[in-house]
Amino acid sequence: MSDVKKFLYVNRKAPYGTIYALESLEVVLIGAAFEQDVALAFLDDGVFQLTKSQETDGIGCKNFSPTFRALGDYDVTRLYVERESLEERGLTEDDLQEIMYEDEDDDWAEKPSICVISRAEMADVMAEQDVILSF
Amino acid sequence: MSTLHTVNKSPYMTQSLVSCLNHCKEGDAVLMIEDGIYGGLAGGQMAPIVEEMGKKVSLYVLTPDMAARGVDSSRLLEGIEGVDYTGFVELVTKHDRTQAWL
Repeated sequence: MSDVKKFLYVNRKAPYGTIYALESLEVVLIGAAFEQDVALAFLDDGVFQLTKSQETDGIGCKNFSPTFRALGDYDVTRLYVERESLEERGLTEDDLQEIMYEDEDDDWAEKPSICVISRAEMADVMAEQDVILSF
Repeated sequence: MSTLHTVNKSPYMTQSLVSCLNHCKEGDAVLMIEDGIYGGLAGGQMAPIVEEMGKKVSLYVLTPDMAARGVDSSRLLEGIEGVDYTGFVELVTKHDRTQAWL
C-alpha cells in the first residue's frame, strides 16, 4: 500500500468554453483505475463546472455534468469546492448539483461528495498532496 | 455607425469584457457568448462593474450558451437581453461592423 499516492485534480476553468474541464474529467476517470487516493478541487471558474441544470443541446456539445455523479462508483468521493470562488460569482452551494456516494465503511450510507471549504482550507488540501494535476 | 462587440471569455478569468466595455462607443452593442455569458450574472463581483460600464451600450447574452452552463435568465443583471443564434445574426446585420474580443 505504500505506493498509493495522494492525487489532486485542480479545476479552475468553466465548462464548454475550453476543453480543459472535459479533459480533466476524462483523466480523473482513467486515473481512478490505478487505485490511488484521488480528490478533486474546484476553484475560480472551475466552480461553474458543477452547476445544476446544464443543457447543451443548443451548442452541440456533450453535457458531461452528469458524469460527476458517477465518480463515487470509481471511489472518487471528495470534491472540494472553494467557498470564496462561489461567492465571488454570486453562487451558493444550492446552485450546485447534488453528488452522492455510498460509503462502504458505513453500511453503504449515501453521503455527499461535495465539500465546500474556505480558501485557506483549500491551500491546506493542496499542501498535503503528493501529485497535483492542473486543468 | 455602430459596432457589435462579442466577448467569449469569463470576466472572472480575463480582462476581455472590461477592456471591451472600456472601448465601446455610445450606441454599440455587446453580445456575451460562450464563457463570456458569466459576465451577465447578477450577484457576482463583476456585476456592479458590468452594470456601471454597460450603461452606454446594449447588453446581450446568447441563450444556448446560458442553457449549456445551467444559467437561467432569472440570474441575469437587469436590462440584459437574451438572443438565440437568429438574434445573433440580426445583431450582426444591424451594426456596421463586428469586433470579437478574444
